[in-house]
Amino acid sequence: MRYLPKSNAERREMLAVCGVNSPEELFAHLPDAVRLKRPLNLAAGISEYEIVDYFRMRAAENLNGYASFLGAGVYNHYRPVLVDTVVSRGEFLTAYTPYQAEISQGTLTQIFEFQTMICQLTGMDVANASMYDGSTAVPEAAMMAVRATGKGRVLIARSVHPEYREVLRTYARNQGMPVDEFGYLADAGSLDVEDLERKMDGLTGAVIVQSPNFFGIVEQVKAAAEIAHKHGALLVVVFTEAISLGLLEPPADADIVAGELQSFAISPCYGGPYAGIIATREKFLRQMPGRLVGQTTDSRGNRAFCLTLSTREQHIRREKATSNICTNQALIALMATVYMAVYGKQGLRELAEQNLAKAHYLAGKLKPRFSGKFFNEFVARVEGRSPEEAHKGLLKKKIIGGLPLGRFYPELADSVLLCATEMSRRADMDTIAEVLA
Amino acid sequence: MIKKVTNHLSQNEALLFERSSPGKKGYQLPELDVPAVDAAEALGAENVRAEIPGFPEVSEVEAIRHFTRLSTWNYAIDYGMYPLGSCTMKYNPRINELVARIEGLAWAHPYAPESLAQGCMQVMATLEAALAEITGMDAVTLQPAAGAHGELTGILLIRALLEKKGNPRKKILIPDSAHGTNPATAAIAGYAIENIKSSETGVLDVGALEKMVDQDVAALMVTNPNTLGVFEDHIMQAAGILHKKGALLYMDGANMNALVGIARPGDFGVDVMHLNLHKTFSTPHGGGGPGAGPVAVKKALEPFLPTPRLKRAGKKWAYDYKRKYSIGRVKAYYGNFGVLVRALAYILAHGGPGLRNATMDAVLNAVYIRKLLEPYFDLPYGAPNMHEVVFSDERQAKLGVRTGDLAKRLIDYGFHPYTVSFPLIVHGALMIEPTETEGKLEIDQFVDAMVSIAKEVETDPQLVKNAPYHTRTSRVDEVTAARKPVLRWKP
Repeated sequence: MRYLPKSNAERREMLAVCGVNSPEELFAHLPDAVRLKRPLNLAAGISEYEIVDYFRMRAAENLNGYASFLGAGVYNHYRPVLVDTVVSRGEFLTAYTPYQAEISQGTLTQIFEFQTMICQLTGMDVANASMYDGSTAVPEAAMMAVRATGKGRVLIARSVHPEYREVLRTYARNQGMPVDEFGYLADAGSLDVEDLERKMDGLTGAVIVQSPNFFGIVEQVKAAAEIAHKHGALLVVVFTEAISLGLLEPPADADIVAGELQSFAISPCYGGPYAGIIATREKFLRQMPGRLVGQTTDSRGNRAFCLTLSTREQHIRREKATSNICTNQALIALMATVYMAVYGKQGLRELAEQNLAKAHYLAGKLKPRFSGKFFNEFVARVEGRSPEEAHKGLLKKKIIGGLPLGRFYPELADSVLLCATEMSRRADMDTIAEVLA
Repeated sequence: MIKKVTNHLSQNEALLFERSSPGKKGYQLPELDVPAVDAAEALGAENVRAEIPGFPEVSEVEAIRHFTRLSTWNYAIDYGMYPLGSCTMKYNPRINELVARIEGLAWAHPYAPESLAQGCMQVMATLEAALAEITGMDAVTLQPAAGAHGELTGILLIRALLEKKGNPRKKILIPDSAHGTNPATAAIAGYAIENIKSSETGVLDVGALEKMVDQDVAALMVTNPNTLGVFEDHIMQAAGILHKKGALLYMDGANMNALVGIARPGDFGVDVMHLNLHKTFSTPHGGGGPGAGPVAVKKALEPFLPTPRLKRAGKKWAYDYKRKYSIGRVKAYYGNFGVLVRALAYILAHGGPGLRNATMDAVLNAVYIRKLLEPYFDLPYGAPNMHEVVFSDERQAKLGVRTGDLAKRLIDYGFHPYTVSFPLIVHGALMIEPTETEGKLEIDQFVDAMVSIAKEVETDPQLVKNAPYHTRTSRVDEVTAARKPVLRWKP
């Protein structure tokens, strides 16, 4: 087999050193009852060519050649060639977590740059080396706020990504963390400040909002922060569309920012792998989950980097750790780092402006349901028939027309969430507007 | 003396921020085909930022050189053996990278209509079935993003089952040889942790277990083979003790590379387990993620698996979201699909017989290393080992040289260190896992290096204590890093 590098002659030599005649003898100590007495019921191995063929056939069973206006947490942005060039290098791809700093400076330096850029983007003081994704960063941020405040209740806006809220509930259920939701305004689509105020109490440790929210609307972060802080809770601000930070004011009033970086050169890949982030104020540093890279020197006095503050982590603290998280999403965070480097200060802004222009062009033809200011996503009502039916018409024209919202918001069952990015063509937008309008 | 390495020029490189200069660009956007929009008007002037202070501005050439130079400062499997115990650092086949990038898979949106995502769903269904067969379990969820995430899912499943039976119980039992994620996970699932001391031979103490299992115990979390690389030969007895008292057996599948095709957890009493696709199934570690941590369960736990579940609807695949007893979601969407594609490509490449051969070579390599290094290093537990072997630094410590020092010296010989100071039950542990993808030549060089270092300790312990000498970065001051944290660049 091509992944096993030994010849049979070498195997025999090694078996002789081990004092056995056959590889089976190496397993002689296993109790008979635990052994599998038949071959695995899996086909024999196949060649490289057949593997490529198998996956090409699977890909052909998916949508192909469709223009898509799906967003809802996963965005279709152009991926500069440099990103794949860099992450394909074996030195990054096939390295382990950089525990051995002397031979991991490449990864460590890059993570330090990543942490810095996430701070610059979010306006926070410190950022970790990344989380699994945005959805799991939310419960981690909530648990962090609960630890920091000593208060267990969590209040989350209904305008936060529905699947993120589901993940929060799964994590919170067994930790004495009651989770309650507050609404959004039926006209503006932004959070209902009065509802938040009403539901707020002295037992709440975290208020969680998303901006731009699930409907694409720029959220009233300042108002949420005032209410949270007045009652001694921390404000967690979530983002799913990282490109928006090229143009939008960073959430300066937040205590913790939890986000998803999929927009930064990470292909949609049917839902993962992506990379999440957690960034926060200096004073909450010790409550942070996940890996952190810090700057130091080597014994010759040169600048060097290493993993640090690991006394928060599971391999040292075991059941008293800030999280059970063991690793980050290093390679995905590297993609985001290369992406941020390629676009840079000016490019990220221009890119955000293009997204804004495209989405507003499309919205201009469709009348958004909500009046709130939006970035590159918006909700539109489908007149006269269900969004699912309207979708069928679009599919015939090789267009996927956004996400019908009924599954997540029964009160919006007549509406779709549409997203336009720098990749959206004007002609496709004109077509979708004709069919949906 | 050092056969595997020689000196080589290595490029210096500043941080991106130090290379930046205003106006430099590495991108070009297409001409906008719609009217431009005034940001202040569309978003509200108060919502528009002035600029991203400090954000880099570099050219394309500088960007590629920057990251390429950094990359050369890493060690990687592509350079050579990476004998980290419990990490299963095996070769990452490149065909897996190619198929994961096929456009119809890599650019599939998770909310694409089910009728237009049948290929992705078929890939997941095929992988679920293969992992069920390999583990001997009844059902598999692919949703967890990593090993620790799989552990959490597994313990939540146990809790849900016991809750439905009327009492979630209070405690999880964990051997003292376990990975740190095990107790951290149990705590997040709302359980108290009780440690079980390993027996004198380094395995689970079944007598102690029998005494500890009562109506408050929800489960035992065990790694098999354990972190000494030793098979828990009383595993079926342990399962019997737990099951008799209504408790469950959780298996951490970190060491599954010792068992594939040889023994199946489902056949030896395990109720729920996770797999690390980035270990056993060859998906790249990527410098610390992404991974994937599928969870395999027996039938009794199937109703509780995360939503959604794949189901057959006529000739098509569909998602089942209406699952009354489900623990809910552990992650948005369906799992780390890109990692799943790579793992399936690996399974297809090996096939059933090939996977078993891989296991045999993995164990052969570890036993071979043990035989050749036993004369030079203390072996605290003499039981037969499987895919890894754990020595202690007892002999070298007498001369003031600890496992961490030996590890740093190994770097000078051109190898990544083994796992240092783990498991905790071995004082000064050297935990070595070669995996099946190392050839005899590479392993012989590794053994030569270890023997040479053992001899250096005898003749010149200080030489070993100050290593490494041949890396571009000498020993790193981790104490200062933690004492005065500098976690971001500032001008």
